Amino acid sequence: MLAPTLLGLAVFFVYPLVANLYFSFTRYDLVSAPQWNGFSNYVYLFTKDPRIVTAALNTLWFVVILVPIRIVCSLAVAGLLLRARSAGGIWRTIFYLPALVPPVASVVAFVFLFNPGTGPVNLVLKSLGIPGPLWFNDPALAKPSLVLLGVWVMGDVMIILLAALLNVPRDQYEAASLDGANGVQKVRYVTIPSIAPVLLFALVTGMIAALQYFTEAAVASGVASGRSGAASGGLAADIGYPEDSLLTYTQWLYVRGFANFQLGYAAAMAVVLFVVASVFVALLLRKSRAFSPEDFS
Amino acid sequence: MTATALITTGSARPPRPVRGGRRVLVWIADHTVLSVLAVLFLAPILFVLLTSFMSSRQTLTASIWPQPWDLSNYVRAFTQVPLGLWFLNSAFYAVLATAFMLVSSVPAAYVLAKIRFRGANIIFLAIIVAMLLPPQVTIVPVYVMFSKLGLTGTLWPLILPNLLGDAFSIFLLRQFFLTIPTAYADAARIDGNGEWGVLWRVMVPMTKPGIASAAIFLFFNSWNDYFGPLLYASENPSAWTVAYGLSTFHGTHGTDWGTTMAVTMLVTIPVVIVFFFAQRVFVEGINLTGVKG
Repeated sequence: MLAPTLLGLAVFFVYPLVANLYFSFTRYDLVSAPQWNGFSNYVYLFTKDPRIVTAALNTLWFVVILVPIRIVCSLAVAGLLLRARSAGGIWRTIFYLPALVPPVASVVAFVFLFNPGTGPVNLVLKSLGIPGPLWFNDPALAKPSLVLLGVWVMGDVMIILLAALLNVPRDQYEAASLDGANGVQKVRYVTIPSIAPVLLFALVTGMIAALQYFTEAAVASGVASGRSGAASGGLAADIGYPEDSLLTYTQWLYVRGFANFQLGYAAAMAVVLFVVASVFVALLLRKSRAFSPEDFS
Repeated sequence: MTATALITTGSARPPRPVRGGRRVLVWIADHTVLSVLAVLFLAPILFVLLTSFMSSRQTLTASIWPQPWDLSNYVRAFTQVPLGLWFLNSAFYAVLATAFMLVSSVPAAYVLAKIRFRGANIIFLAIIVAMLLPPQVTIVPVYVMFSKLGLTGTLWPLILPNLLGDAFSIFLLRQFFLTIPTAYADAARIDGNGEWGVLWRVMVPMTKPGIASAAIFLFFNSWNDYFGPLLYASENPSAWTVAYGLSTFHGTHGTDWGTTMAVTMLVTIPVVIVFFFAQRVFVEGINLTGVKG
């Protein structure tokens, strides 16, 4: 019963990890056989690649800014739903609904809503007398615009945190009240410690997801540039638009590997990603009970 | 907390009617904030919907209400691009991937949840790590493999691996199997069932909601997938899915926002319909794993 899965782990996980390490020391274009070239991919990666620093820093930006903002906003809305005794039903559905929109559709929708000329957001700002910014077309605002999108689709994080908040024992709040704790103190000394494991889980899984941030940035660049599609030479042509502000690490890996067919170099980039992601995975395995195999029943 | 704090709160405690009044004020404040937020969360969907019913000339004006309501964007969506074919491809990918996942992953999850054997922990650990690591860390050799098999330019590289188990689905299904007391499995074994019999006659009927939620997660992930079709199918327009097709839509058709929004609605509607039929199961699935689908 487990045989297909064992085969699957071997063929689609263990073998590719080993093969990827081998490819990373070669020059490989898929047509001719891989040629050993020692550490030169890594030397180029760490010292010469002109766009990899930008790509890595943009990814880091999403890891350390997008993820915490999403969690804080999710927690705020979940807390509000709970206090208003509206944790179920229609309210929860309203805040969850955007998370259902397919990512490509949500990005296309946001680029439309925030488009500088005729987008509803800038029309509203104009009616208030505020000059609308360029949003996805401004290198300084493209990433923050994706944060707005990330907050809009935060429903999955919110549902996890809502469940965690509902699980905080009521008597702990009562005990805190008897001790004279005010609202802020209750959050600080009762709520946060009880939901800390779930917060950590949401933070680390969110960061692992941000390390591979691809779809939202790639589609936003393509649509906002107005040149996307097969006609303009595919994704590689608009990658990072505007001015590399949305160029992420995995997009650069994709361009190197599958637009330029520098598969050896892409493999070296994948090894670096593997090392970084492993730190987050190890942290999660140490801290999370959901992932421990001990709970046989 | 100190005794002074106790005394202060004690003395400051307002009489009951005022307290009730304050509670009403807090209720009103909370619901006002929630209502404003709810409007902000729903507004993007509303704008997309309204724009999809505007004529292409009207989308460039400042008015936000369609005048008149114009269905031509939806017609144009199907005539300007092979939207029907994209839908078929998406359905083909999502349905087959989900079916293959169920065939392989339900038995695997059962074994990992209910049968003790040497090496179980290490296999479970491998599945967790495979689930958590970004797919890009193995994408080069996997792409090379499918390229050698002549399957690039099709959606098969995204469908076939599900026959050999999907890590996230196995994890999720195992969580559901763990909630079923082992005594049921033992009783079925005493009645002379083999492990397949235990799984099929006892476990599957008891974990139908769990199996449904795993199926919905994989269905949504396949339907929404952008990276997979970009990697394997972008070179062959006849294999494009609706999610990938939408990403190419804007540029090839100028700034035809009306039609673009019509396609955006059409991609989203199937997901929303499935969600409303299976909402309870779906939310339970999110909570049981705490992992994004």
